[in-house]
Amino acid sequence: MRELTYREALSEAMAEEMERDESVFLMGEEVGVYNGAYKVSRGFLDRFGPQRVVDTPISEAGFAGIGIGAAMVGLRPIIEFMTFNFAILALDQILNTAAKTYYMSGGQIPIPIVFRGPTGAALQLAAQHSQAVETQYTHSPGIKVVTPGTPADAKGLLKAAIRDDDPVVVLEGELLYNVKGEVPEGEHIVPLGVAEVKREGSDVSIITHGKMVHVALQAAARLAKDQISAEVLDLRSLRPLDVDAILTTVAKTNRVVYLEEGWPLAGVGAEIVNIIQEEAFDELDAPVLRVTQADVPMPYAKNLEQLAKPSAQRVVDACNRVLYR
Amino acid sequence: MAKSRTSLRSGLETADLPRPPKSLGGLSREALLDFLKEMLLSRRFEEAAEEAYAIGKIGGFCHLYIGQEAVGVGAIRAIRPDDYVITAYREHAQAINKGISPRAVMAELFGRSTGCSGGKGGSMHLFDASVNFMGGYAIVGGHVPLAAGFGWAIKYRGEDRVCLCFLGDAAVNQGSFHETLNMAAVWKLPVVYVVENNEYGMGTAYARVSTLPIFERACSYDIPSTAVDGQDVVAVHTAVREYAERARRGEGPSLIEARTYRYKGHSMSDPVHGVYRSKEEVEDRMSHADPIVLLRSRMEAVGLIDQATMDALDNEVRAVVADAVKFADASPVADPSQLYTHVYHSLDVHGRLFLDRMNRSAAKVSEGVGRGVGGGEARGGVGANRKDS
Repeated sequence: MRELTYREALSEAMAEEMERDESVFLMGEEVGVYNGAYKVSRGFLDRFGPQRVVDTPISEAGFAGIGIGAAMVGLRPIIEFMTFNFAILALDQILNTAAKTYYMSGGQIPIPIVFRGPTGAALQLAAQHSQAVETQYTHSPGIKVVTPGTPADAKGLLKAAIRDDDPVVVLEGELLYNVKGEVPEGEHIVPLGVAEVKREGSDVSIITHGKMVHVALQAAARLAKDQISAEVLDLRSLRPLDVDAILTTVAKTNRVVYLEEGWPLAGVGAEIVNIIQEEAFDELDAPVLRVTQADVPMPYAKNLEQLAKPSAQRVVDACNRVLYR
Repeated sequence: MAKSRTSLRSGLETADLPRPPKSLGGLSREALLDFLKEMLLSRRFEEAAEEAYAIGKIGGFCHLYIGQEAVGVGAIRAIRPDDYVITAYREHAQAINKGISPRAVMAELFGRSTGCSGGKGGSMHLFDASVNFMGGYAIVGGHVPLAAGFGWAIKYRGEDRVCLCFLGDAAVNQGSFHETLNMAAVWKLPVVYVVENNEYGMGTAYARVSTLPIFERACSYDIPSTAVDGQDVVAVHTAVREYAERARRGEGPSLIEARTYRYKGHSMSDPVHGVYRSKEEVEDRMSHADPIVLLRSRMEAVGLIDQATMDALDNEVRAVVADAVKFADASPVADPSQLYTHVYHSLDVHGRLFLDRMNRSAAKVSEGVGRGVGGGEARGGVGANRKDS
């Protein structure tokens, strides 16, 4: 199978959907003339023109709201945030308008919009540019959230998100854009709400999402050297949430570590742990542990940053603890 | 050159604007009677809402439009039915002005299933997409970019529609207002912003927290703007018509500051006067600047209306309002099954969308519906309930 970078996969997804449907357009900072801050929209301005590839001023709340308005009357905007750190300025629009208007209007006004861009830490970008924001969006009914970790999922989930009639937040990984992976030729769609086992295993389950899939796989490879068979379940979609897949892996291994890039309190993992204790309590042979970012703003210093981020070693340690090794 | 507080203050008073204008805007007697009747309907509707609130039929926040009727009527009568209107949370009358039946609006205030938002929105979130009334919103300034989004879509599709966006004076100090005006100007979006300056953002006088008159804010974005007497329905109508036509010609956004006055408290739970404005001030405005009295007296002066006609109009709208209250009161409450509908339009076959235990069974039912009809059951929303008048 052919290989694409994560960046190319996202780009291909958007281009295909823009070719397919004239109501799809891309709006955001630097998406046009600059070819995208992370070059996801390279060549788009030439290909689709300034009406469909729209450079905005640095006004996140404003252009998020303009996109929502356009979606309310039938267009299908893709709003690119240079990073989701900046989307915090647009939270009122996303959470108060995009998430609620369909409901408040008694079902008259669906909002088919995609908000996409990178979340989480890169390298030494310090506190304001290094945070995983999943919780902010998964918390609100009315929003769907996907977190592709591989090029194939990036393409398939983004295409599904663009075709969805609800607001979908697509959380990408800044450090993933250059990652290569196999992506099927032709129409490739990953439906929302379907998790994927990225590595089969039988002793312990590492459940995770987004960029942390790669950390989980590293951890699983290290555990394999100690003859421990770790399963890696990638949720891919946080809302809708593939609860069946979670319960299946719990029933298979009876031991779980949740790995996420965000902070622990009210994090995604907190909800996953709750679901497991509520619906699979009798399957557990050990308490579920979480590996998260240290509960501090991200430091700049390289050594401190490494300490703050979830690492494969911390995941290995957590797996050993739930295995009582 | 900075203006002193004193000059700003006086610059904001409606009394400083010429009144009454010499003409009636070249409008026909029929058009003027229609304005008068619509303003009367707006007033009587709000009086009925006030009564219903007092006896507990309406809950939550309830912001009355009494005193500001000329702005809604004058502006909405100046645009076409296919033009969009979007507004904030003091919008009962504007919803009616745009074509939602008083029955559906009152039923919404009562929280009934026959309401224009199916009982899910309430006083602050009235919607009827079929008449292009795109909602009331309750985060100050939050809907200002949505209006530009409608304008964006209009331009994207090459249509000749416009969007009329009402906002309050307090909204002009929100970042969303400034971000949006800038982009609307850059992209020449067909939006007419009508700022209803009733002088107070809740209890804070505009002049206490601002240094420039509202319409001058638009200068920063090279957007044409004007201030009009918002108690003069003809003046509002004339200004909006001119700017709407300009937008339709592709010449971009504009802003009108309509200087008006709210007779009641910010919401029903807020006193009419006392803390932030005096009884004398309120009484003075009510006696000298009532939009209904102003239009009526000007029409009387030129022989366009007599007492009998006025009485007939008033009786007619009172009957409409009484019918709306009766309809709302007799309407069923929302069915419990509606709790989980309209959260999502595409009900995914895979995965769990609702994470609460209470909905565990409801989610399964919803998924079944989604599968059966391709997730499209909600497309018409509550629209089917709305043809009731």
